[in-house]
Amino acid sequence: MKSLLTTIICLFSINIISSSVIIVCKKCDISNISTAIDKAKNHDTIIIKNGTYYEFDIEINKPIKIIGEQSIIDAQFKGGGFNIQSDSVYLSSLKINNIKRSYTKDIASIVAYKADHFLIENIEFNNPFFAIFIQKSQNGIIRNNIINGANNDVLNSGNGIHLWNSKNMEIENNKIINMRDGIYLEFVSAAKINNNVSEKNLRYGLHFMFSNDNKFSNNIFINNGAGVAVMFSKNIIMQSNRFENNWGASSYGLLLKEIYDAKIENNYFYQNTIGITVEGSNRINYNHNIFKQNGWATKISGGCYENIFTENDYLNNAFDLSYKGRQNDNVFVGNYWSNYVGYDLNEDGVGDVAFMPVKLFSYIVNSIPEAITLHRSLFVELINFSEKVAPIFTPKYIMDKEPKIKPMNYAVN
Amino acid sequence: MLSISNLNKSFGKLKVLQGININIFEGDICAILGPNGSGKTTLIKTILGLVIPDFGSIKLNDKEIINTWSYRSDISYLPQITNFPSNLTVVEIIDLIKTIRPNTKMDKELIDLFNIKKSMNKKLVDLSGGTKQKVNIILTFMSDSPIIILDEPTAGLDPISLIKLKTLIIKEKEKGKTIIVTSHIMSFIEEISNDIFFLLDGSIFFNGTITDLKERTNENSLESAIANLLKQSHV
Amino acid sequence: MYKILRYSFYDLIRSKWCYIYFSFYLILSSVLLFLNNSLAKSIITLMNIIVILTPLIGSIFGAMYYYSSKEFAELLLAQPIKRNTVFLGQYIGLSLSLSASLVVGLAIPFIAYGMLISSEITNFISVIIIGVVLTFIFTAISYYIALSNEDKIKGIGLAILFWLLMAVIYDGFFLICLLALKEYPLENFSLFSVLLNPIDLSRILIILKLDIAALLGYTGAVFQGFFGKKIGMLIIASVLAFWIIIPIIMINIKSKKRDF
Repeated sequence: MKSLLTTIICLFSINIISSSVIIVCKKCDISNISTAIDKAKNHDTIIIKNGTYYEFDIEINKPIKIIGEQSIIDAQFKGGGFNIQSDSVYLSSLKINNIKRSYTKDIASIVAYKADHFLIENIEFNNPFFAIFIQKSQNGIIRNNIINGANNDVLNSGNGIHLWNSKNMEIENNKIINMRDGIYLEFVSAAKINNNVSEKNLRYGLHFMFSNDNKFSNNIFINNGAGVAVMFSKNIIMQSNRFENNWGASSYGLLLKEIYDAKIENNYFYQNTIGITVEGSNRINYNHNIFKQNGWATKISGGCYENIFTENDYLNNAFDLSYKGRQNDNVFVGNYWSNYVGYDLNEDGVGDVAFMPVKLFSYIVNSIPEAITLHRSLFVELINFSEKVAPIFTPKYIMDKEPKIKPMNYAVN
Repeated sequence: MLSISNLNKSFGKLKVLQGININIFEGDICAILGPNGSGKTTLIKTILGLVIPDFGSIKLNDKEIINTWSYRSDISYLPQITNFPSNLTVVEIIDLIKTIRPNTKMDKELIDLFNIKKSMNKKLVDLSGGTKQKVNIILTFMSDSPIIILDEPTAGLDPISLIKLKTLIIKEKEKGKTIIVTSHIMSFIEEISNDIFFLLDGSIFFNGTITDLKERTNENSLESAIANLLKQSHV
Repeated sequence: MYKILRYSFYDLIRSKWCYIYFSFYLILSSVLLFLNNSLAKSIITLMNIIVILTPLIGSIFGAMYYYSSKEFAELLLAQPIKRNTVFLGQYIGLSLSLSASLVVGLAIPFIAYGMLISSEITNFISVIIIGVVLTFIFTAISYYIALSNEDKIKGIGLAILFWLLMAVIYDGFFLICLLALKEYPLENFSLFSVLLNPIDLSRILIILKLDIAALLGYTGAVFQGFFGKKIGMLIIASVLAFWIIIPIIMINIKSKKRDF
């Protein structure tokens, strides 16, 4: 962060010293953005006056600043928007509309390739294919943008913010609606993804793979095909995010697949079909999260070891935990379970009887999904009860020995 | 007025009524007698349409009444011990019957006669057996129907009420009503009725006046005459 | 019929059982609201109880009321009214008084808790409507069972057995079928079996309204697709109506044929 700031400050100070300003407008000498960029020297500033500019595939091959006045660049489905091929590019206050669709190339409103130290802010993307597509770049900032997809179908839409093979990125305060994946990261490390809203995206609100050492906080993922999919990555921190209303056949708030050493803290999972679904992930700490009114709060498939669930609130979920596999060395301790019916005689806030979060019925539903129609029936209550008294099918060893009596509400935001 | 011909009814294998033929004329007071299980109640219930006969016919004023219901406005019925809806008051039950029967003007008179004014707002569940039977009698007699059927009307009544009941019956008789009554109290029967139908195993074993019966059995009292009849039947 | 209905209703509404039933719901909903401290959660718990309890109470009371009012019914049958008037009047009077206990007993605490101005009001109303419909269905069935059985113990026993069948055994059998037919697509089968059982149907209806997320697996999507549409709602309404109308027709037929 510090190094990034200093570079930007340097960049600005250089501008002040040696750069000149080029103005583009409909009636000016230069009425065309591409021409302006051609004429600009390094570190010049181009100001695009208000108006609509019908241009596409604009190449930025030198370090310059392009600032609009909410000016519209309409590609008219003929190609992409900007193509950044230089370091230290600044883009701001524009509207980039109507990007061409392609099934072979990843065309975007803004493409950056091997471009370091860029800053993209205050840009509105309407009807993009991909909106921002970054490859092999470092130290970039993407903030305060609004991405409005057309939301056709998965094939005809691209991702909102797509990062590939990049480092040290900051993605902040963006709003991404109706894209394929809201934010997509592949081979990206040391990214900070904060305060974004990712909504109504066809596939995932946030999707990332093979990306280590990243941090997500205070993001909101609502109404996406599935909330967030995190796969094959290490050292991830996810804090204070909200996962809401991710509904669908196998939809979930958060998917963890082959994740190692992550921290999942203070997140809020509300009304998702599945809150968190976990496969083959180890050494993850789940602390202070709230799972409220989800179908399955947590679904753990085989091959998960040394995960720790502490001080989470499980509130009115249909199933608190579904667990596949015979062995368990995951730890559940000190959580609040609204389904807990034990007592606390010594009044230390901890129930005196252990809570077993895996129900026989959730076990049945795992193997026959249609059995969900028996949810909340007396028959199911009866078999759950008999299983609780004399466990045969459900793993005895999964239990919270210190269930809290009251919810802790750590993640209320 | 009421003519029953070849009436048959069986409950499962048990034949309760077998080929009953009865003619009752206007102004008759006839008693249906017989030992327990002889079919008295079933016969009455058949007339009332509570029991549907297997075959046979019941005609009231030459109209077939089986499986119809409107003729019942011509019949007042006093059932055996009625378990009234416990939480209604006497007033309410009288009102109920008044709303479903025509010509029910006698209620005030009868309430005075049986002296139950102070029980009028009590719940039926709180009444004694005798008072219940009085209410029962009021419900029956308050409507002005040409035929009155009484099933064990004396049950639970004190002597004074019994006398009142008898005068009531005689008054109705003077009005020209037809009355059908069953009872085990022979003195009561002897006092009020003239015709007797003696039922045995679902058939009419004897039909005639009380005098006929006494003559036939050479007995002085009705009670012994009946006992005699029963003896004959076992021979 | 209205006269009989009115008198049955007055009789029952003053009976101690009615008060007990009413107080039960009053206490239940107060305790639920007090313990859960949330309308939404209380309504879910309430639903669990209502879907099971109203059919049970309907079953028991339907048969018991028939037997206890049998003698009075005979007196009424000797009056110039049609037979079915007496029985339908009694049946509707009974169902209405049970429903009144249910509705008033639940409504007082919930209204006091501020339900009228909360967003949960529609959910609460659906729970109440379902409770009333189930009361009418199971009272009718057990009344019919009582009408067909002279023996009191047998009648009440059969009524409770029927409740047990619908509330528990049916679901167990359904689950066994699902296990046996695991390899086949079962959405339509489960949809169909749910439609056949009024308790299951009511439960699913309320679940779809209350905690939809749980059901939105693929099966849930099928159910949502079916029940969410107008035609689905129409089918449900007609199925529930059938469950009331058919026992009533049977009561009618039985009351015509029977001896008293």
